[in-house]
Amino acid sequence: MGSYITKRLLLSIPLVLIISFVTFAFIHLSPLDPAEVVLHSQGIPQITDELLAQTRAKLGMDQPFLTRYLNWVVSCLQLDFGDSYITGKPVWSMLGPAFLHTVKLTLVSTFSIVLLSIALGVACAWKAGKWVDKSVRGVSFFLTSMPSYWLAALLIWYFSVKLDLLPTSGMESYKSYILPVAVITISYAGIYFRIIRSAMLSNMNEDYVLYARACGLPEKKITIHILRNSLQVAISVFCMAIPIILGSTVVVENIFAWPGLGTLSVKSILSRDFPIIQAYVLVLAVVFILFNTVSDIINVALNPKLRDGL
Amino acid sequence: MTNILEVKNLKIWDSRNDRVIVPNSSFYVKQGSCLAIVGESGSGKSVTCKAIMKLNKAGIRQSGDILLRGENLMELSEQRMRKKRGKQLCMILQNGMRAFDPSCVVGVHLKETLMEHFGWGRDEIIAKMKNAMESVMLKDPIEVMNKYPHQLSGGTLQRVMIALAIVLEPDILIADEPTTALDTLSQFEVIEQFLQLRERMGCSMIFISHDLGIVKLIADEVLVMKEGEIVENGTTQAIFSEPQHTYTRYLLSSKLAMNQHFKRVMGGVNVAER
Repeated sequence: MGSYITKRLLLSIPLVLIISFVTFAFIHLSPLDPAEVVLHSQGIPQITDELLAQTRAKLGMDQPFLTRYLNWVVSCLQLDFGDSYITGKPVWSMLGPAFLHTVKLTLVSTFSIVLLSIALGVACAWKAGKWVDKSVRGVSFFLTSMPSYWLAALLIWYFSVKLDLLPTSGMESYKSYILPVAVITISYAGIYFRIIRSAMLSNMNEDYVLYARACGLPEKKITIHILRNSLQVAISVFCMAIPIILGSTVVVENIFAWPGLGTLSVKSILSRDFPIIQAYVLVLAVVFILFNTVSDIINVALNPKLRDGL
Repeated sequence: MTNILEVKNLKIWDSRNDRVIVPNSSFYVKQGSCLAIVGESGSGKSVTCKAIMKLNKAGIRQSGDILLRGENLMELSEQRMRKKRGKQLCMILQNGMRAFDPSCVVGVHLKETLMEHFGWGRDEIIAKMKNAMESVMLKDPIEVMNKYPHQLSGGTLQRVMIALAIVLEPDILIADEPTTALDTLSQFEVIEQFLQLRERMGCSMIFISHDLGIVKLIADEVLVMKEGEIVENGTTQAIFSEPQHTYTRYLLSSKLAMNQHFKRVMGGVNVAER
């Protein structure tokens, strides 16, 4: 097991390198001159060629592509992602707090998605074909197909404006979490509970369930066995849900003015703040790879068949 | 000899499309005897046995009377029926490889079952299971209990199920094609265990099979099913020597034809006779 984890972690290093290279290369392909962006943001009225050349030299843009890439990778390893073109502050000082805020939102949302999906999935599997199952699936289909910005607007209008119960935006207290988490949960739980439901249903028809019943085991114990086997599929899906939500909170964060990665990335893209965009893509890629690895490791720990294959 | 199990006017149908699977069947199992149910796949053998355990899938309904030692199982609540399963009515499934939870070691199922029915402690369960498993010729019972189903063979798991039945000492043992998923050698070993089980415990048994060779070896009485109906029943000897129904004759002749083909292939060696 230990060697498997080491192997998986080692394997992810070249993957991160490839992603970092692609990210860097794509930004490099952008027709915009970073020096111009910097000078514009400083509000300099007359941009001369001389000034441009000076700024380029200051940013290190006069060096060859590969040298710049290597310099960037080495400093990234020390968590130094450069300085923002716009504010001049170190990227990490802006990205770090935003990342933490988004992680908080993501973790709370994932927790509620997992709870809701398991509860609904188990309930629907037990009552498969009955009205409970049909209505839950119908309502969830309706809610999941609503775009999240529309759902967010509806919730804000009802709970914040009409009832004045919850804040419309920002991140002041635990109350600020309720609406964004609700929007994210509604968009994702509707997909994930189906996975649990169908895994439960296919496990219920397995022979081991029949044999457990034939041996007179109580339904409660049998349900635990079914759930344990069904969760194997779901756990890898849930693990991948965390980075997916992390990367897709853009809409929700912008609507609720959540000071997270989504808001920061949109702002940076609009102002062509390349160092932040580069760092954002890289951080997300690392998170994706990390959770992919973690989900594989959890799966191996849960599934004895996979464990034997090591 | 008294009847330990009596099935009267059992009707089984699928409530979703009103298809009748077993229209009306009545039979009985005598104390200490073995009743074999034979027939092609889809003839209603398995459904009949699951009906005795009241374990058919949700949409499948049943009516009639099932008397176990005079007690009508059809009138029992699910709660009381559950107490009978395992302890009085024990089942052995066709595919041992799929009969145990794939993510738990085999011992977990054994412990949960015995704890449920007898309330024994861990050590007592292990001691009892160890004895029973040794009696069905399983080497290293402790090791087997600590293995996952996929690490064991179908024959071994089949014998684990028989060992559990030995400890449970049921009134009646229902074996649903217990040898179909096994290779010939394991089949022989498992059948050997069934024969010993009968000798040692005098356990009544319902044995479903489409292997007439095995049926001839193990059963006292035979019930022939076709499309849900019982077309013939009688003692094993009578069925094999003087089959009355055309379908029984057809089953026997196809078995005979297969044997002859087998003999021809093997160059006249008398291996297929049982």
